[in-house]
Amino acid sequence: MRMQNPIIKKRRLGTIAALLFAAAASAGIISQSAAAEKTPARFSGPKFAQALKTLRSVEPNGVDNAAAAQAWGDVAAAGAAQLPTVLAAIDEAGPLGANWLSAAVQTIADRQLKQGDKLPAAELEAFVLDKQHAPRGRRLAFEWLVRADNTAADRLTPGFLFDPSPELRRDAVARLIAEGDKLVKPRTKGVHKGVGRDDRGPQESPEVAQKVYDKALSGAVDLDQVKKLKTELEKLGEKVDLPLHFGFVTRWKVIGPFDNTGEKGFDVVYPPEKAIELDAEYEGKPLEGKARQVKWIDFETQDDYGIVDLNAAVGKANGVAAYAWAEFNSPSEQPAELRLGRDNANKMWLNGKVIHEQRVYHSGADMDQFIGRGQLRKGKNTILVKVLQNEQKEEWAQTWGFQLRVCDATGVAIKPQTAAENSPSNVKK
Amino acid sequence: MNSQVVLLRRVLPAIVAGACLSFACGTDWLQFRGNDGTGVAPDANLPVAWGKKESVDKNDLGENIAWRADLPGRGVSGPIVVGGKVIVTSTSGVKHDRLHVLAFDVASGKLLWERQFWATGRTLCHPTSSVAAPTPASDGESIFAFYSSNDLVCLDLDGNLKWFRGLGYDSPTAANDVGMAASPLVVGKTVVVQVENKGDSFAAGLDTATGETRWRLAREQSMNWTSPAVLRGKQPADDAVLLQSPGVLSALRPETGDLLWSYATGCSIIPSLTTDKGLVYLPASGLTALKPSDRPGSHVEVAWSEAKLGPGSSSPVVYDGKVYVINGAPALTCADAKTGKVLWRLRLSGKFWATPVLAGDHLYCVNDQGLAQVVELGEQGKIAAENDFGEPVLGTPAVADGAIYFRGDSHLFKIASER
Repeated sequence: MRMQNPIIKKRRLGTIAALLFAAAASAGIISQSAAAEKTPARFSGPKFAQALKTLRSVEPNGVDNAAAAQAWGDVAAAGAAQLPTVLAAIDEAGPLGANWLSAAVQTIADRQLKQGDKLPAAELEAFVLDKQHAPRGRRLAFEWLVRADNTAADRLTPGFLFDPSPELRRDAVARLIAEGDKLVKPRTKGVHKGVGRDDRGPQESPEVAQKVYDKALSGAVDLDQVKKLKTELEKLGEKVDLPLHFGFVTRWKVIGPFDNTGEKGFDVVYPPEKAIELDAEYEGKPLEGKARQVKWIDFETQDDYGIVDLNAAVGKANGVAAYAWAEFNSPSEQPAELRLGRDNANKMWLNGKVIHEQRVYHSGADMDQFIGRGQLRKGKNTILVKVLQNEQKEEWAQTWGFQLRVCDATGVAIKPQTAAENSPSNVKK
Repeated sequence: MNSQVVLLRRVLPAIVAGACLSFACGTDWLQFRGNDGTGVAPDANLPVAWGKKESVDKNDLGENIAWRADLPGRGVSGPIVVGGKVIVTSTSGVKHDRLHVLAFDVASGKLLWERQFWATGRTLCHPTSSVAAPTPASDGESIFAFYSSNDLVCLDLDGNLKWFRGLGYDSPTAANDVGMAASPLVVGKTVVVQVENKGDSFAAGLDTATGETRWRLAREQSMNWTSPAVLRGKQPADDAVLLQSPGVLSALRPETGDLLWSYATGCSIIPSLTTDKGLVYLPASGLTALKPSDRPGSHVEVAWSEAKLGPGSSSPVVYDGKVYVINGAPALTCADAKTGKVLWRLRLSGKFWATPVLAGDHLYCVNDQGLAQVVELGEQGKIAAENDFGEPVLGTPAVADGAIYFRGDSHLFKIASER
């Protein structure tokens, strides 16, 4: 016997009135707004609001799962007219609560469609276009909107190029890439013949394709799309500066190695963590039993992805730690994400405050793997990174380094003011 | 109504359910390697060959392919079958952080429902693997979908959310360099997850009804991709959960996590143990068979250990006195389950991640390129048929109600003689 969620089963009888109104609205018998007005109070009153609040604030470790399940039943029993309300609850939800709410949205919308009724397309579109809502909620709304309105994707996607939702933005970039690809596609053999025939796309010149790709690049934040655009633009003779595009910090002051024998160095407060004195020398990890001093050196990476190879910078070693320090001149006070990638234990400070740390070694590396969040001041900010190498002997465990970029929550690089702009001689008196 | 008929109607389902516990029952395949985690469906009568087209109809997928369903994104998990539905997990998104649970109608292959969730833990994994690597599990009423991000979703059979746990959110450092892969295990009212890694390494038992943690045990901080298994006792109250870890095999009480016994030995970290008639066949020192021990202070002892039987990446299968192992060569080796003596070997082709399943007199072995090599078992094994899905297949297939289900990179296939 098929079992149903007892909460949904219990509520199902009680939602018949709401469903009848929704069905009547979709049949044009009564307007949607009238349907919303006639929605049972329990889907708009304090109890419903409390259920949404319960889901928004679901705690870690499953401690309030029983209450969340009860609240979920209450919310998921609502009609399609409540979709914008449930979607809006995602705005203030944590990652756990967002999932509970998303599941409720999907259940409500799926039920509506399976009953043969329509989704509230106008309301969903308004929700998608309101950038005050959380990106995830807007993306979820869009995914249901396109099922309700098959013109929505074509109408709205071009406008997502600079959207705060990375997923909506990605769709816009993808469309421009496809458009550019068509413009550079070689002509089919035999279609155009004659003297001086060129083999470019059937419509336009490469200059148009370049403009389309440039436009796409201006909005692209995903690595695969940026790589594709770089490839195509460089074929057309335009160089793409990846570190500039992604916001990788490429110029550092680096010092090391300090001792990390037995992985104990993570908790040791070496001098750079107390103060940055660029002319100072400190006792580093002994080399072949002999004491050695370490001092700050300049290191600029030429890597397209901003990777700083500490083996190259301070010498290959195991059981060691190094620090990298940089200044970042922000054009304004603003929230920022410092996104770090590599597979060594690491710690990050922004303006002297720890914003991220993790102790695991050699567990894979990826761009944007670790994110530290903080507030940039207008003007000078300081970034300090501690990167530790352990004593594993495997060949794949010998990488020691990192990459770091400064961006906003969408992944768009925050461009620093250049040193020239910040030069005292340029300051207006 | 006649009271005896009423009684029979109440008792009979329980009898049938009990009979189904030992092997994959006709209609359901509830978790990785089936209901008891053995990968065996001895009564199943499945096609050996499929895919050869007999008509020019473009909708005809070929002989014995009942249907083929499109899947979103990627996944290497195996399918399960419950309540007339085939359940599959998948992930999508540029960061593989969209987690999908899909339910297909067994008869038609129609998508009945799909639910998506956002990963709360790490989604970094090797390109060969996927965030949708663990095979989901079911207790017949709920679906427990687990992901490499350590998100665990519980849905009823209609896709209604019962609960959600972001175990990766609770433990952000719980991750392996190529992704996590251990499938969840349901024993009684507890769903067990094994999250062993170099960060926050643990195993946990969660209440199937609420997702609340019944128990959580710290484990060795080391990479491990094996799945927990059940060792059936004489009655359900005696069932034990077996956790295979790099340095030890542990037997726990499912509802409390209390340690019943442990056996220290170096174990493989990819192929998982299997059990048969109270013996544990453990990928350790090749393959080691452990039997209950009467010796004071020992719960198990070595029945035999054979270095030649070390499995590659897929797990061993044991049935009817024989143990079957695919190694890295790849060769399928058949050995005597009582002694470990090798009886025959058969050369296969390709690399195997999916554990083979035994159905009837055949062993269905599918390599990672999607070539299913069906081996006829007997005094000597021989390849009865080779069937090419044309796309990678890394998940262990499911067998239910006269059909076998394969999850390819892009499609879910139902193979059955009757459509």
